[in-house]
Amino acid sequence: MKFRTLALAAAIASVGLSSAAFSTAAQAQAQEQFFPVLVYRTGAYAANGNPWANGYVDYLKLVNAQGGINGVQLSYEECEFGYATDRGVECYERLKGKNATLFQSLSTGVTFALTEKATVDKIPLVTAGYGRSESQDGTVFTWNFPLLGSYWVGADVAIQHIGKQMGGLDKLKGKKIALVYHDSPFGKEPIPLLEKRAEMHGFQLQLLPVAHPGVEQKATWLQIRRERPDHVLLWGWGVMNSTAIKEAQATGYPREKMLGIWWAGAEPDVKDVGAGAKGYSALTLQHGAEPDSKVVKDMLAMVHDKGQGTGPKDEVGSVLYMRGLISAMLGVEGVRQAQERYGKGQVMTGEQVRWGLENINLDQGKLDAMGFAGVMRPVQTSCTDHMGSSWVRIHSWTGSKWEFSSDWYQADDKVLRPMVLDAASKYAEEKGIQRRTAEQCAQ
Amino acid sequence: MFYRENGQFKTSYAADQEIFTITQDKWFVWGLIAFAALAVPMLVDEYMFRAILIPFLVLSLAALGVNLLVGYCGQITLGAGAFMAIGAYAAYNFMVRIDGMPLIVAMLLGGVSAAAFGIVFGIPSLRVRGLYLAVATLAAQFLCDWAFLRIGWFTNNSSSGSVSVAKLEVLGWIIDSPVEKYLFCLAFVVLFAFIAKNLTRAAIGRQWMAIRDMDVAAEVIGIRPMFAKLSAFAVSSFFVGVAGALWGFVHLGSWEPAAFSVDRSFQLLFMVIIGGMGSVMGSFFGAAFIVILPIFLNQFLPFLGSLFGVTVSTAGVSHAEFIIFGSLIIFFLIVEPHGLARLWSIAKQKLRLWPFPH
Repeated sequence: MKFRTLALAAAIASVGLSSAAFSTAAQAQAQEQFFPVLVYRTGAYAANGNPWANGYVDYLKLVNAQGGINGVQLSYEECEFGYATDRGVECYERLKGKNATLFQSLSTGVTFALTEKATVDKIPLVTAGYGRSESQDGTVFTWNFPLLGSYWVGADVAIQHIGKQMGGLDKLKGKKIALVYHDSPFGKEPIPLLEKRAEMHGFQLQLLPVAHPGVEQKATWLQIRRERPDHVLLWGWGVMNSTAIKEAQATGYPREKMLGIWWAGAEPDVKDVGAGAKGYSALTLQHGAEPDSKVVKDMLAMVHDKGQGTGPKDEVGSVLYMRGLISAMLGVEGVRQAQERYGKGQVMTGEQVRWGLENINLDQGKLDAMGFAGVMRPVQTSCTDHMGSSWVRIHSWTGSKWEFSSDWYQADDKVLRPMVLDAASKYAEEKGIQRRTAEQCAQ
Repeated sequence: MFYRENGQFKTSYAADQEIFTITQDKWFVWGLIAFAALAVPMLVDEYMFRAILIPFLVLSLAALGVNLLVGYCGQITLGAGAFMAIGAYAAYNFMVRIDGMPLIVAMLLGGVSAAAFGIVFGIPSLRVRGLYLAVATLAAQFLCDWAFLRIGWFTNNSSSGSVSVAKLEVLGWIIDSPVEKYLFCLAFVVLFAFIAKNLTRAAIGRQWMAIRDMDVAAEVIGIRPMFAKLSAFAVSSFFVGVAGALWGFVHLGSWEPAAFSVDRSFQLLFMVIIGGMGSVMGSFFGAAFIVILPIFLNQFLPFLGSLFGVTVSTAGVSHAEFIIFGSLIIFFLIVEPHGLARLWSIAKQKLRLWPFPH
């Protein structure tokens, strides 16, 4: 029995000692630009979290292989949180002390939890394609950057696309559109915009929540079979997507009438279903699967062929890999922009990176030079617009690969902007935040 | 040698009825509280506060509440997460809807609301017991999950279903730094731990234990099962509700119903089982085991790997964390089914004789 108490005491002592050891190790890496990487390589969402994380880390490696950001090498550390909000916050606390440049959590729940913490800690939160939609308003959400698109952009384009397919938005009148969504802040985000659009065009919006993690959808699809909505929007993530498509197949709902958000339009979502998912379409966050792009070729040559690749080689260029890669690229470009102002070749602080992210200006020439020709369109952020771009394309699953099936869309600012301003003002009022004025923005 | 009670005589009834009858125990507990309140804020960094100490304190309080019900009164509950949620959302609604509502009053009212629901969901305990009761309390969990997700009123019609609290302020003291949050939680936990300790020594606690040990016999000696069981549900839910309010307001700041899912209920029950049923101390051990150990493993394993020159992948660490954590639970349950608190009391027993055992 004594041995056990001793072992217990030793265990407790080692907890204390090692935490001390970690905090000293943290201070040693000041000369590199440190990128914390929140990932989920385990748990219910691992199939989708893995390629994203691999793309993210690979891009940081690629930048290092190309000589860093004006000579500043990048360092990074992964923290696994399994898509659980509380563990994500723990990861944030753990990594922020190591001079974190910016955080990208790939979880709307974690983004909500961190929005207030980041303001206090002065660390930017980049949420490329997720997070709070109203955080596009940078005068209220100083530290949030929903770059490339928010869920309201996605929802807006989805309705535009459906309208176009029917031959005009006025044809939507009296139609039924069902939203099958992940029952979390992520899935609920598009609802206000869809409700607004439903009011504008007179279609009926049906809300069908699916509980985490989304493997149980029988009841939802029975309801769809009964009600026969004209279109189904799928706002899912992880295993929920493939389950939904399988259920659609089982209930005989045409996959052509289904449209997913960009988190429901990647290879892991449809691969298992294969030919059964043929015709299923999803929005893209500008890019799709891009195995032929120059950046992917560079990646293979400079990182993977040298044995430095993070994940398997055949996943390079897949949809979620590209999403991770582009997310990292936007962060890196934020740092590069900050260096333009605060000193080239120096390590930037979170505050300086925030300025950089607010002044990103990637025109087509720059993007092409970096190897993103054909992958994405220009991004330009400002104090009032932290999103920088709202271009969206649709791609469809042919049974073996994703192929673009539409032209470029852009979210309608006449619909989006008032909603963003309203929601941001409401938030500012609740939290007692003063909107930044034009002079404060110029600083 | 140091821990022995020889020569400590009780000369008054008051001395005989003290919480800690052994002087060393008394000094140890006061020393521990003083250390936690005075020394810890100077010793540890922000990460320790925010990621480890605050969650540990809040979940200890919740585990304490569950322990009153499960450990002392013998009524198994799987609805603890729901009562945390009720505490948090009720406190949130009191704050949002009533102007100038003081923070502490809102939290206590959150606890009161949880207690009221606790009584309602405790009613089945008058008819069913054991595993059947556990299943009945699961109903509370699912009802709350549903209500807080679906009924917009509870979340003040937040479109995403996520609510967040504004500044925390108590009588002009603005609680924003991690140290202040820690001290705020610590004050709650110390106070409630003393209340719990006293309750369990008082008439009501003895009634609960009588019901736990044999309810028919308890009834025969004049204990009203309805009062005993429902009061256990009420008090336990009050504790858990206050812990829920602390979890939402102080630890998370903004939360969604998933923060109080059925996983949380299981977690709290496991804390009580591993820590030690029917022991105030055990609640703290259980919370420490469940909250701190996974985070510790997650950071310690890569560190251990680097000592031997091995880089462990993030996924590998995470899997290893689950494996080791699971095996440790089994290990402790086999060597000491009465929980970590029992190990603690055995250690104390040994210390009395040390260094000259029989």
